[in-house]
Amino acid sequence: MNLSQLALGQEAIIERIDDQDVYLKLLDLGCLPGERVRLEFIAPLGDPIAIQVSGSVISLRKQDAKTVQVTPI
Amino acid sequence: MSGRLNIAIAGNPNSGKTTLFNLITGLNQKTGNFPGTTVEKKTGQVIQPSGQELSVTDLPGFYSMYPKGEDENVSVQAILSSIKDKKYDKIIFVADAGNLKRCLLLCTQLADLQLPVIVAMNMQDIALAKGYDLDLELLSRKLAMPVIPINARKRIGLKELLKAITEKQETPPTSYFPSNPEEKSLADAVFKVTSIRNYYANMLLSQHLSLLGNEKASMQMLISGLGFDARKHQAEDSMERYARIEEILKTVHKKTKNTTSKEVSTKIDKILTHRIYGYLIFLLIFFTLFQSIFTLAQYPMSWIETLFAWASNSLGEVLPKGIISDVISNGIVPGLGGVIIFLPQIMILFAFLTVLEDTGYMARVSFIMDRMMRKVGLNGKSVVPIIGGMACAVASILATRTIENKKERLITIMATPFMSCSARLPVYTVLISLIADEKYILGFINLQGLILLCMYLLGIIATLVFSFIMKFVITETGKNYFIMELPVYKWPVWRNIYYSMIHKSKDFVGQAGKVIVAVSVVLWFLGSYGPKETFSEIDKKFEAMSFDSEKEKDTQMASEKLEASYAGIFGKFIEPAIKPLGYDWKIGIALLSSLAAREVFIGTMSTIYGIGDQEDNKSLKEKLLLARNSEGKPVYTVPVAISLMVFYAFALQCISTIAVTKRETGGWKWAIIQFLFMTFVAYFSSLITYQILS
Repeated sequence: MNLSQLALGQEAIIERIDDQDVYLKLLDLGCLPGERVRLEFIAPLGDPIAIQVSGSVISLRKQDAKTVQVTPI
Repeated sequence: MSGRLNIAIAGNPNSGKTTLFNLITGLNQKTGNFPGTTVEKKTGQVIQPSGQELSVTDLPGFYSMYPKGEDENVSVQAILSSIKDKKYDKIIFVADAGNLKRCLLLCTQLADLQLPVIVAMNMQDIALAKGYDLDLELLSRKLAMPVIPINARKRIGLKELLKAITEKQETPPTSYFPSNPEEKSLADAVFKVTSIRNYYANMLLSQHLSLLGNEKASMQMLISGLGFDARKHQAEDSMERYARIEEILKTVHKKTKNTTSKEVSTKIDKILTHRIYGYLIFLLIFFTLFQSIFTLAQYPMSWIETLFAWASNSLGEVLPKGIISDVISNGIVPGLGGVIIFLPQIMILFAFLTVLEDTGYMARVSFIMDRMMRKVGLNGKSVVPIIGGMACAVASILATRTIENKKERLITIMATPFMSCSARLPVYTVLISLIADEKYILGFINLQGLILLCMYLLGIIATLVFSFIMKFVITETGKNYFIMELPVYKWPVWRNIYYSMIHKSKDFVGQAGKVIVAVSVVLWFLGSYGPKETFSEIDKKFEAMSFDSEKEKDTQMASEKLEASYAGIFGKFIEPAIKPLGYDWKIGIALLSSLAAREVFIGTMSTIYGIGDQEDNKSLKEKLLLARNSEGKPVYTVPVAISLMVFYAFALQCISTIAVTKRETGGWKWAIIQFLFMTFVAYFSSLITYQILS
């Protein structure tokens, strides 16, 4: 399952991030494997999405979120 | 205390860096660019009450020593190149207590570079609200660097921080050692060039070869020979750091209670990013922005206009007659006026932008608009510059700096000038009044207003279409993700808004001002001088003639001289080219003079058509309606007026925009493409418009 498939408010643990550019950017923002994420809200047109992770809210496009593999809690 | 201390302020974006910088330096700030870039560099010189002199640099916000965008790259390189000669006596690292884990990533990187870092722990109130209490003393011991609690917004902790700056501090030990033989040989090789005794510094420098000077090429060879993967190294380094940070945080984080008020920001977001209210509020905010740019700025703008007209007149009277006095009173002063008149709009625009940025709303605008903008090759962050383009493209192009994606930023810069800016407004107003009466459709829709709205829509459509075209033209590639932090909502800091208004104004007058004044002077020369023989003939002719009044003689003479001037010659020269658009040589001169700035059109038209007019009290509208061509037919027919409006809607007649595009894209290439393309579109659209309508 990937991050873009989470339901609103659903929480999950990040397993790995496949796209290396996305991975490195997310690392800088404190969003890394093992971290707990919650799908906070979705932009009105369904994309991008915003996640809550290690104390901050990060927005990313669905295409970026698809590369983030998660396990729902 | 002796000697000046060099201080750099570093930290993540939205950590309160700039607020602290403004607090320390006050208005003694200078803005410039980091060498070789367009990234704004802010420095400030201050003398402490103790007599200690400080030189403070505000580094653009960055998340780690592995830069992802232009702004981040500048900060990283500034730090890396400061290591060898110990350029910074102290680095103030502004940490956001509410996002400590992420902040410590960069903080431990700086520590491993063995730089003299002081941690300014900001926003503890937000951390407390999130349910976190920090043991700062323990944190300071763990990081081996001073940690000073501050609250930049409330001016708390500044004294302690400034005291810590002047104190001696131990260099923190480095915790970084190469984890494999490749890393070690790479670091050793860089060490031979830099002689910096720090593995981490050399590792990072191997990723910024431009800083290694002559050794660049040989290092490149070495790196590819070693098969060193910088990205893999970065990922491993960051993961390892986070593991360590987690350990530190376990001991210093005293989690007091479960997150209670975390959710104020989330609640606001539920409304501001709502699929209906979200857009309504967005529209409302930007509608207000517009109204203020038009209505509020109108008063200071008319004062400035009056002031410069008066200055130009009285200078003309006071100064002894001659070329120099003419240049000053008719060239430079009006030219300067043409620059300064935009200041009120720029100040209002930037005051609004700073508020929207500081509160965190701007990130939400980008969030809700990204999907729509992406369709035409733009990005959520393009919305603000494009909307701002309705006020002023110059200010808006400066505002594109927040867009990290190079391609999307470039498209935004290229497309923004198609939006109908405020300088087009006076031109539209005059031309619309020629073709439409003040009447109402259905009893309440003002016809003139409706046409004006159409012109603005035309601008919006052109912007989007052009962006869409550029999407395929621009090959510039870069990372194509769109990931950003949505910062916690905060109240704006009034001091920051005030400073931003002052600095953007200085920036504008300094950069664009030079060009505008230069062009105005050139245009004035072209309009006032012509081939000697023709001019002296005109002089002689008017000597011989008699007039009812001196004034009449002057206006008649001015008219003939204009026609004979270089500008007039140019107008006649391009007449064949603009004839199919419905324009005569006089409009040609107006087009030429509007190259400096569109609103010059009105002034030029007033001069040209002021001619042969006995009574001076006719309005420009009446003069234009009375204008006749050589065949005795009215010049300003409906097709001509509409064709002219279309031309003004599309043509890039704004030297300031050209100058700012050149500056922001780092060269003439895109500025020239933009100018040529817009002129091309303007010409052919007007041609088609005129040919169809007439």
